[in-house]
Amino acid sequence: MTIRLAGIIVGLVITGILVLWSLLPGALNYSAPEKPDYYAFKEELIEPAGGFSFEGPLGKWDTAQLQRGYSVYKQVCSSCHSLQYVAFRNLQEIGFSEAEVRAEAASWQVPGIDPQTGESIMRPAEPTDHFPMPYPNKTAARLANNNAYPPDLSLITKARPDGVHYVYSLNLGYKEPDPELVEKTGFETPTGLYFNVYFPSINLAMPQQIYDGLVTYPDGTEPTAEQISADVTAFLAWTAEPKMIQRKQTGWVVLGFLLFMTALAFLSYKQVWAGMKPKKK
Amino acid sequence: MANSGADMGGTATADPNMLDEEGVRRRDWIHIAALSAGGVAAVGAVYPLVSQMAPSADVLAASTTDVDLSTLEPGMAIKETFRSQPLFVRRLTPEEIAEADAVDVSTLRDPETLADRTKEGKKEFLVTLGVCTHLGCVPLGAASGEEKGEFGGYFCPCHGSHYDTAGRTRKGPAPTNLVVPEYQFTTDTTIRVG
Amino acid sequence: MSFAWAKQYEPKSAFTKWIDEKLPVPRLVYNAVGAGYPVPRNLNYMWNFGVLAGFCLMLQIITGVVLAMQYESDTGVAFASVEHIMRNVNWGWMLRYAHANGASFFFIVIYLHIFRGLYYSSYKAPREMIWLLGVVIFLLMMATAFMGYVLPWGQMSFWGAKVITGLFGAIPLIGEPLQVWLVGGYAPNDATLSRFFSLHFLLPFVIAGVVILHIWALHIPGSSNPTGVEVKQESDTVPFHPYYTAKDGFGLGVFLILFTLFVFFLPNVLGHPDNYIEANPLSTPAHIVPEWYFLPFYAILRAFTGDLALFGVTLVPAKLLGVIAMFGSILVWFFLPWLDKSPVRSGSYRPLFKKFFWFGLVPCMILLTICGGSPAEEPWVILSQIATAYYFLHFLVILPIVSQIEVPKPLPFSITEAVLGSDDKPGSMEGGGDKPGKVVKPLPGSDPDGSLAPAE
Repeated sequence: MTIRLAGIIVGLVITGILVLWSLLPGALNYSAPEKPDYYAFKEELIEPAGGFSFEGPLGKWDTAQLQRGYSVYKQVCSSCHSLQYVAFRNLQEIGFSEAEVRAEAASWQVPGIDPQTGESIMRPAEPTDHFPMPYPNKTAARLANNNAYPPDLSLITKARPDGVHYVYSLNLGYKEPDPELVEKTGFETPTGLYFNVYFPSINLAMPQQIYDGLVTYPDGTEPTAEQISADVTAFLAWTAEPKMIQRKQTGWVVLGFLLFMTALAFLSYKQVWAGMKPKKK
Repeated sequence: MANSGADMGGTATADPNMLDEEGVRRRDWIHIAALSAGGVAAVGAVYPLVSQMAPSADVLAASTTDVDLSTLEPGMAIKETFRSQPLFVRRLTPEEIAEADAVDVSTLRDPETLADRTKEGKKEFLVTLGVCTHLGCVPLGAASGEEKGEFGGYFCPCHGSHYDTAGRTRKGPAPTNLVVPEYQFTTDTTIRVG
Repeated sequence: MSFAWAKQYEPKSAFTKWIDEKLPVPRLVYNAVGAGYPVPRNLNYMWNFGVLAGFCLMLQIITGVVLAMQYESDTGVAFASVEHIMRNVNWGWMLRYAHANGASFFFIVIYLHIFRGLYYSSYKAPREMIWLLGVVIFLLMMATAFMGYVLPWGQMSFWGAKVITGLFGAIPLIGEPLQVWLVGGYAPNDATLSRFFSLHFLLPFVIAGVVILHIWALHIPGSSNPTGVEVKQESDTVPFHPYYTAKDGFGLGVFLILFTLFVFFLPNVLGHPDNYIEANPLSTPAHIVPEWYFLPFYAILRAFTGDLALFGVTLVPAKLLGVIAMFGSILVWFFLPWLDKSPVRSGSYRPLFKKFFWFGLVPCMILLTICGGSPAEEPWVILSQIATAYYFLHFLVILPIVSQIEVPKPLPFSITEAVLGSDDKPGSMEGGGDKPGKVVKPLPGSDPDGSLAPAE
């Protein structure tokens, strides 16, 4: 009895404090949050026509696309963005032969040591090397980019909400702000930043990088901006999760076996309980 | 793992009239099947737990080591690292070559000639792993001033294995000669191991 | 064991006889989860979650021990070592996803287990100790899960560690030194990561120990059941094996299918994208939220927005109120067996309690979860305050009063009668009601049918 009385008193005290000192003052000054002006400019993420081949439970890598995406990364992104968790040897997983990987690695320069003098030098990369950092350190990277650090791209599609569509959209999101909205909100893109309707705060430190015809593809694919963005996005989806397709395929095998096993377990369970079940009137 | 619940012996529910000749209730097969499936699932689950301890992809990835031999004088040796293991590259003097060639190969525990263990025309460059074939210690003899053993090659202090100037086991417990890794000359004075 | 009719273990071969003399483990297993444990015959699927929780603990320990072989608890390389597991270690991606999603599934199972206990009042005498040990297990699980989430050293790991250790800073006087001591510095650092790793490895084994006590305590009165009526006769029970081993086997299969869907097809939906960004002590993510299973308690923490002040003097700052409320929200469970004094256990026979459970507590928990995951702005703040108020009122005020004023529905005489109906009842000769189908109507406050009497 005492516990219950004490419980009731404590409960009423807690609720009283909450209601009188937090709930009521809050309710009296209730104000719905106002979205900042720039929310008016934001747009829903887009995806390429037909989506990506690796999406969905039955997805597969399109290795030709991944190789095109790699060439875009190499020619465009790699001047500012690192890919530090990916090694050149991994390129074999997207369809390059061992010899091609060795040649591809050798076309990159990575930091090394001169065996004669012991000095730091740049040497051609080996397949076991990881992709090099484009800047010697974070400070240099910031200074070269208007104080904004270009993020590492190895995990970018997993490190953003709906990352695959985000990366694809962001590359294509550089537009002129809607003049009507600009007039209404008095919006202005700060100096050194670039307007992008998919960036969380609308203003992005990276200028537009991807244009129609920016690269030429050896396989004859037409290099429209959409195509280039889709290709590099697919490549980055692979760098973020190289085991994605293996994961899904393993999943089907495991799932199939578990369904079979559970069906047997169910029959066995029913068999054990046969005759024990209630005959409710 | 997945089998704990699926096992059950025969139960009182089966009709005794369904006993077959062996005395097994016919309907028991479903319990046996469910239990077996659980067993298969358990074995399947153990597989990744065991295989994760095997070398990972970065360890397995074949790496190479380049060694510059241009500054290597006869009688000297250099130590390098190849796939996390010590690598000895030794430039033999003519006397050492002669000494190695003078041995009757048939008397050796692991019969190999010096020519077998070097590249054609580059007989003075002996490239071996610096790993004793007995239990994996690093033999002495590569650095100047180190004991070279009774046969003037390498000496492993752990259990007293002696290697000759061709890196062949001559005395002590080492069962085979020092391993010659795969390598080739990329130029006249550099080799790529691996 | 508890019931006179429990089957006795009889070793057959010479070897099992020898083992039984020297170290009677087979006998222990036989009596714990074998044919020697009589269990009410009417358990529904909600009683599957105890075994499933045990399975989850084993799953987490096994995958965790294996991951610890690959993980590095050094802030410089912790994040990279997780990526190494994901990319290079054989099946590393599967082991890590199984461990990460395993934590979520462990909490799903444990919440269903707890709410089963709340609905069927499994905490009542004679099972108070089982409940108390269960709350201890839950607290240990929360600590373990929190420290485990810090290990990948992503942005959410770092800021979660910072915010949660910051809670201790709210304690008056000793708060700040305590916080610095917990972290081993002024912000989470190498020392923090190493000690969290060490404790994250240790605590699951502590949990396993308390689980053994939990099961031990369970075997003294035996399992409760959906009617809440105690076992009276042999026909009320069936042996755990094969009846419930079969049922748990099927339940485990269903659990594994759902688990597989997440591990292989949706491995990151229960996580947060920010944790794939390496920890950066100089930049806080836009929305820091804990893992989903902590959201209700996080909402309670944030519900207190105003200092408790009288005449301009701050008596208790809002931060401390929130911390007290958050810990109090779980501590209150320790007092449940004595707060709810209804003589009837099962919510199915308690009309008023049932309404408060389904239309009060359950929506309140869902609302708290939603509020905990939403930004700290209106209308979420006010909703979380209402839900928090209801949470405490439910356990501390409503339950004691309801158990006093409620008129419970008539209980069946026995489990057998509840299952088979009272026509072909083996045991309704005495006190089972005057007519078949009709049962004793309990008086409030009286002992209706001995349902609170301990089992013999």
